Amino acid sequence: MSDRLSVFKTYKLYVGGKFPRSESGRVYEVTDSKGNWLANAPQSSRKDARDAVVAARKAFGAWSGATAYNRGQVLYRVAEMLEGRKAQFVHEVADAEGLSKSKAAEQVEAAIDRWVWYAGWTDKIAQVVGGGNPVAGPYFNLSSPEPTGVVAVLAPQESSFLGLVSVVAPVIATGNTAVVVASEKSPLPALSLAEVLATSDVPGGVVNVLSGRTAEIATPLAAHQDVNAIDLAGADEVLAKELEIAAADNLKRALRPQPVDNWLATPGTDRLTAFLETKTVWHPTGSLGASGSSY
Amino acid sequence: MPTNAPSPTAESVGGAPIAHALTDVTASHATLRRFLHGLPGVDAVGLEARAASLGTRSIKTTAKAYAIDLAISMVDLTTLEGADTPGKVRALGAKAVRPDPTDRTTPSTAAVCVYPDMVPAAKAAVAGSSVKVASVATAFPAGRAPLSVKLADVREAVAAGADEIDMVIDRGAFLAGDYLKVYDEITAVKQACGSEARLKVIFETGELSTYDNIRRASWLGMLAGADFIKTSTGKVAVNATPANTLLMLEAVRDFRAQTGVQVGVKPAGGIRTSKDAVKFLVLVNETAGEDWLDNHWFRFGASSLLNDLLMQRQKLATGRYSGPDYVTVD
Amino acid sequence: MAPASASASAPASASAFEYAPAPESRAIVDIAPSYGLFIDGDFTEAADGRVFKTVSPSTEEVLSEIAQAGAEDVDRAVKAARKAFEKWSALPGAERAKYLFRIARIIQERSRELAVLETLDNGKPIKETRDADLPLVAAHFFYYAGWADKLDHAGFGANPRPLGVAGQVIPWNFPLLMLAWKIAPALATGNTVVLKPAETTPLSALFFADICRQAGLPKGVVNILPGYGDTGAALVAHPDVNKVAFTGSTAVGKEIARTVAGTRKKLTLELGGKGANIVFDDAPIDQAVEGIVNGIFFNQGQVCCAGSRLLVQESIHDELLDSLKRRLSTLRLGDPLDKNTDIGAINSEEQLARITRLVEQGEAEGAERWSPACEIPSSGYWFAPTLFTNVTQAHTVARDEIFGPVLSVLTFRTPDEAVAKANNTPYGLSAGIWTEKGSRILAVANRLRAGVVWSNTFNKFDPTSPFGGYKESGFGREGGRHGLEAYLDV
Repeated sequence: MSDRLSVFKTYKLYVGGKFPRSESGRVYEVTDSKGNWLANAPQSSRKDARDAVVAARKAFGAWSGATAYNRGQVLYRVAEMLEGRKAQFVHEVADAEGLSKSKAAEQVEAAIDRWVWYAGWTDKIAQVVGGGNPVAGPYFNLSSPEPTGVVAVLAPQESSFLGLVSVVAPVIATGNTAVVVASEKSPLPALSLAEVLATSDVPGGVVNVLSGRTAEIATPLAAHQDVNAIDLAGADEVLAKELEIAAADNLKRALRPQPVDNWLATPGTDRLTAFLETKTVWHPTGSLGASGSSY
Repeated sequence: MPTNAPSPTAESVGGAPIAHALTDVTASHATLRRFLHGLPGVDAVGLEARAASLGTRSIKTTAKAYAIDLAISMVDLTTLEGADTPGKVRALGAKAVRPDPTDRTTPSTAAVCVYPDMVPAAKAAVAGSSVKVASVATAFPAGRAPLSVKLADVREAVAAGADEIDMVIDRGAFLAGDYLKVYDEITAVKQACGSEARLKVIFETGELSTYDNIRRASWLGMLAGADFIKTSTGKVAVNATPANTLLMLEAVRDFRAQTGVQVGVKPAGGIRTSKDAVKFLVLVNETAGEDWLDNHWFRFGASSLLNDLLMQRQKLATGRYSGPDYVTVD
Repeated sequence: MAPASASASAPASASAFEYAPAPESRAIVDIAPSYGLFIDGDFTEAADGRVFKTVSPSTEEVLSEIAQAGAEDVDRAVKAARKAFEKWSALPGAERAKYLFRIARIIQERSRELAVLETLDNGKPIKETRDADLPLVAAHFFYYAGWADKLDHAGFGANPRPLGVAGQVIPWNFPLLMLAWKIAPALATGNTVVLKPAETTPLSALFFADICRQAGLPKGVVNILPGYGDTGAALVAHPDVNKVAFTGSTAVGKEIARTVAGTRKKLTLELGGKGANIVFDDAPIDQAVEGIVNGIFFNQGQVCCAGSRLLVQESIHDELLDSLKRRLSTLRLGDPLDKNTDIGAINSEEQLARITRLVEQGEAEGAERWSPACEIPSSGYWFAPTLFTNVTQAHTVARDEIFGPVLSVLTFRTPDEAVAKANNTPYGLSAGIWTEKGSRILAVANRLRAGVVWSNTFNKFDPTSPFGGYKESGFGREGGRHGLEAYLDV
């Protein structure tokens, strides 16, 4: 058995629920931490980025309109699917980040648990950050969080899987759709995650995964007028500034890169709220007869 | 909208103009109900806010003098007490004719308003003046009597010389949804008024309770031939308010726009100060418009209001504040 | 039309009820001939000695001469704010609260004076400054005063920290209210402030400086730097500013976003809008008409959340337009100090020119223009209430923010079409829905991409309620618990 020639996997992009190659026909070599060849990954172009935005926009209506309970179920389903393919991800993360099997397993398990954590948030965040406001007048009003829209996510460069999950899950938990730019150096766990998402009831287009040169893909995304927000986690200081400037053209919500010492730590709600809008809806209440007025 | 279908309102009742454009509305219980419930809804907060905002108009100097005289001329000077006597009514009549004996330029009020048995005394008291005699009728204020009794009440008052009849609607029937009954009663009363007396239809808005009901009642009354729609009897907790009067002004405005028929409005009860009266006139001016700024089309049902108007009038004339000793108590 | 009355008492000349002028007394406010910059608790001249004039837009009268802050002054003010930050942020929250309560009370005490001042400097009717701006200003300080010692409970974790020095740039449409929206939460959370009021309306901010003095606010906590756009740009770009808050045009907002890119400055932006006011055929029509009028003519339409696009269901278009035109004919345009004035002056010559240009463009593109008969005063900056009908999504007047008393009327056939048209704009600040059907309100409100949705009402504000936009209307929220986040390191 051991001398059997293994079957290589062709890694592909994940756009609109499908697995296309880069329209550019380009691939680039992905190596492990020691420089050994692992696979060729698609090297996405600006057109791939554009297609991904179209897919994400198309998916936004239904995903943001789904019940929070439903989104929670879907996110939990991702965790279930990952649990079954844990070995594959441990292997890929170990290769990608040069970790021991046990360290890699810790990363993968934490990532699975992170999906569960965010699955539980979908139907609670509105109660935590929204609510009724005691206005001084005969009005009822309610502030509710709503998803921002299409979010471009530059996944962290170092933490290829746990970091990736930690930035993608909160974006889609609240109903946004995402165009994810995988870690440039270690895109394979992200591309494999796409295969899990495709079989986890996540509607096509909700998460789109692109691999390639972060700067090349991120630049058109940051400038894209139909992208509502950008998470700059995977950009270095120079690129982040450039992208933030480009993002200002349509006033994207830009989450600046923040140093993360330890992706294993339980996150707060920051990444959930970073891509939420608050909508406040008013309605007159009417007055009761006591004050002498009719209603 | 078809106008050729025969219906109760297709014929002239008491000489009043007919709402031709809406004749089919009253053809049946169902059509009437459908029409009234198809009227635009009223948002209470928005209505009250608009009334309050018009209440912040600042009416000064010449405008105030005009408004006070206009308000005096619109007063239906009212006494509706069990203890009313011919003597009391005589005094009231005298006051209506000449509200301020010290100043002959003061206009007369529009009318005196009394119970039916006091109509002869009232007629005598205002004889020779422009002041009308209005009589409440139809088992005022509750309206809880058989139709025959109500109509007899009306006929007696008209026979005694009443120029105007202030009837109450059957709120019970209205609230029970029996709009056609209310309608038929109003048309019957209108007929009993004949061509001499103008009919004011009182809704008792405080009992109708909702603004949607007040709008429906307004249209119901106008369809049935009311010459005036009137808020209330003055005998319940909530009477005329800026908001319910504003709503009724919108109704007469819209009714004329649709039918060409102009109907008057009379807020009654609870309007006690000149400041309040001026606010109501602002409502009239900015809602129904200047066509209603005339005592043929707008009245105040009030008693104590007149003295406050007179004191304000004196203040404008002399520059000093007046006091209750300088106006008559009748 | 009315038959001769039985007792015609009205004088023949006064067939209409003409309201005599009822001007609010100007004597209550004492405007000095000149004002300095307010830095570190003192009024000082600008380092380069520059000054500019502020005029009353209703008369073009020069009200005062104002020191104009330059980059050097910005630096001085930021240094003062930085110095004050240490002590101010270390004060117990309860003490900061008491300063803010003092300020709120003094504003209430001086509200008539401030209302008259605001009306003079801005041109908006006294009715609005008296009944809307000033009560909301005081309420805003009261609301945030109460938060100062309760930040642990605000949902941002234990002991949330202030950011430092806040650079704030505010517009001219609600000068003192926008100041309150900026300063109250900043101080409550322990930040110190350098605020630049708009060049056409600097006075109320300078009077506010005097209120800070009366309240005994420590020096340097609030600094006021009147000036033009370059002053604001210098403030926003100052390296020692930790927080930038801006209310104004989307174009400037984008410029600011570029300026702070790559820094650690926290940014909130309240920008433009092109609010859709959607009227369904089952709306409470009379209230809808009031809401439409309030939505676009409040403050002469110079409101970022104005309902500047009326989307009316085609089946009631004619009826609604008739009602609306009749209502517009009762609007009273004129002296803003007159208590009966509904429509005041446009804030500046420049703004008037912009409105005029866009309206001319609307006509040129074929939209039908209508205004009620309306006498325009001979001096000052005025624009008559204006309706455009036969407008489509393609017209400039349906897309560009006019920021004036100009309403574009469009029609729709179905709720889906209404939502699609309402959302068909890069802006996303406000929207209105008029229908008596509850489920339709909720369904439509859900699908509107706007930060504030008023159903069966419009242009309502409250300090407890978050306000702010989607998309190019900016980001961050002001008001309510949400408004604290912009000033906390969370």
